[in-house]
Amino acid sequence: MAQLICSDLTIGYDSRTVISNLNFTVESGEYICIVGENGSGKSTLMKTILGLQSPIAGKVVFGDGLKKNEIGYLPQQTQAQRDFPASVSEIVVSGFQGKCGIKPFYTKAQKQEAEKSMEKLNILHLAKSSYRELSGGQQQRVLLARALCSTSKILLLDEPVSGLDPKVSAEMYQLIYDLNKNDKITVIMISHDITAALKYSDKILHIDKDIFFGTKSEYLNSNLGHIFNNTKDGDI
Amino acid sequence: MTEIFNNLILYLQYPFVRYALIVGVLIALCSSLLGVTLVLKRFSFIGDGLSHVAFGAMAIAAILNMTNDMPLVLLITIICAILLLRTGQNTKIKGDAAIAMISVASLAIGYLLMNIFSTSSSNLSGDVCSTLFGSTSILTLTNTEVWLCVILSIIVLTVFTLFYNKIFIVTFDEDFATATGTKASIYNLMIAVIIAVIIVLAMNLVGSLLISALVIFPALSAMRVFRSFKSVTICSAIFGVVCSLLGIIISILVGTPVGSTIVAVDIAGFIILFIAGQIKKR
Repeated sequence: MAQLICSDLTIGYDSRTVISNLNFTVESGEYICIVGENGSGKSTLMKTILGLQSPIAGKVVFGDGLKKNEIGYLPQQTQAQRDFPASVSEIVVSGFQGKCGIKPFYTKAQKQEAEKSMEKLNILHLAKSSYRELSGGQQQRVLLARALCSTSKILLLDEPVSGLDPKVSAEMYQLIYDLNKNDKITVIMISHDITAALKYSDKILHIDKDIFFGTKSEYLNSNLGHIFNNTKDGDI
Repeated sequence: MTEIFNNLILYLQYPFVRYALIVGVLIALCSSLLGVTLVLKRFSFIGDGLSHVAFGAMAIAAILNMTNDMPLVLLITIICAILLLRTGQNTKIKGDAAIAMISVASLAIGYLLMNIFSTSSSNLSGDVCSTLFGSTSILTLTNTEVWLCVILSIIVLTVFTLFYNKIFIVTFDEDFATATGTKASIYNLMIAVIIAVIIVLAMNLVGSLLISALVIFPALSAMRVFRSFKSVTICSAIFGVVCSLLGIIISILVGTPVGSTIVAVDIAGFIILFIAGQIKKR
C-alpha cells in the first residue's frame, strides 16, 4: 500500500475551489516536487494533506502504517517567528510534542534524539543560541531538525529555500536529498525552482489548469513540461 | 529610611494590607506568565478588550443587585474570550477588529446601563472611575475574595506548568503543531479561558483599563534581555511580581492610586531592561 493516497480530492477555501478531482499516490521513500504558479493551490494542497483544512470533496488517506503524529512538516516562516525569543534546542525538541500526547514534559530519550538531529544538520553548536539571531539558512535547518524529531518517515516541505541565497539554497537541497536517500524519508516538497525540482526529485506534481503527475522523464516529455522548460531556457 | 521601614511594618499589621499584597503578587504572576504567550501570538490587545467586557459584565451584575458578581463576570468574559480567539482564526472579521469592536461595545453598554439604572446617582462617575482604574478596591478585599483568588491562581499556575511545552509549541507554530498531531485548537481554547480568569481577577487590582499593562509590560521587558522562551517566561514572572510588589508598597506609603503606581513602576522597569538589553547586545 502507498504511504499517501489522495483520491478525487477537491480543495479550496471558503467554498471556492482551487483544485478539483486530484488523484495521486506517494510511495515510501519517494521524492516528489509540487510545482506550479503562485495561487495555483500548492500550499492549499499541502495544508489539506496535513489536515490543517478539510477537503471540499474526496479524501486523503495515510497508508503503510503512517500515523498522524509521524509526519514531519517544514512550514513557511511566519512574521511572528522572526523575532520569537526561543533557543534552538527548545524549538527542535518541540518536534516531539505530537508524540507526547497528554504527557507534560519531554523524556530524556527525546532530548537526546533532538540533539542527534541537530548534529545531523550541523547546528548542534547553535543549540543554546536564540532562533531570532540566526541567519535564514540556519533558521531553516532548525525547523528541518524539528521536523526530523516528529518523523522518520515522511517530510512535507513548503518552499524550504524561499528567501535563501543560491549557495545556502544548494546546501539545503543537498541536505533534503541526503535525508531522502540515506534515511529513506519520503519527501514532498513545494518548490518554485523547477531546475532544482528536476535535479533532485523522482516525480513531479504540476498543478495548473491542467494537472500532471508522473516521473521526471514523463514530465519533460509532456506538454506542461515543455512549456515550463522552454520558458525557463528562454529566460536564461 | 528607618522611618519608612517602620511605617511599612506598621501597615503590614493590618490584614487588608497583607491581603492586597498576596492578591497583587498572585495576579501579577499569572498575568505576566500568560503575557509572554499573548504578546508573541499578537494578541496583546485581548487583555484590553476582555477587561472592557468584564467591565460591562460588572455593570450588569450591579444592576441586577448581585451581591457576588464574580461568577457572572467570569462566565461572560470566558465566553467572549473564546469567541475572540475563534474569530482570530476566521477571516471574516479580523482578530484585531473583533477585539476593538467587542471592547468598545461593552465599555459603552456598561456605562450606559450604569447610567440608566443607577440607584445611588450620588457618585456614578466615581464608581465608574474606580471600576476602570481599580483605585482602592484591592484594599477592601474580603476574606472570600482573597481565597478565591488564591485558589484560581494555583489552578492557573498548575495548568501553565503542566502545559508549558504545549503552550510553547502552540505559540511558536500552530500549523506545525496541528499538522504533527497536537490538538492546537484545544490548547488555544484553554489559553482563552485562563486569560479570561486572570483578567477578571486582575480587575480587582488595577481595574479594567490598566490590565493590558500587567499583561504586556513584563513580557516585553523580559524580551529585551533574554533570548530563550524559558528565560523570558521566568524573567517575565519575576518582573511582574517585583513591579507589582513595589507598586503596591509605594502606593500604600505615599498614598497614590494602586493601579497607576504599579504601571508607573512597570514603565520604569521596562526602561531599565531596555537599556540593559542594549548594553548586552554590544
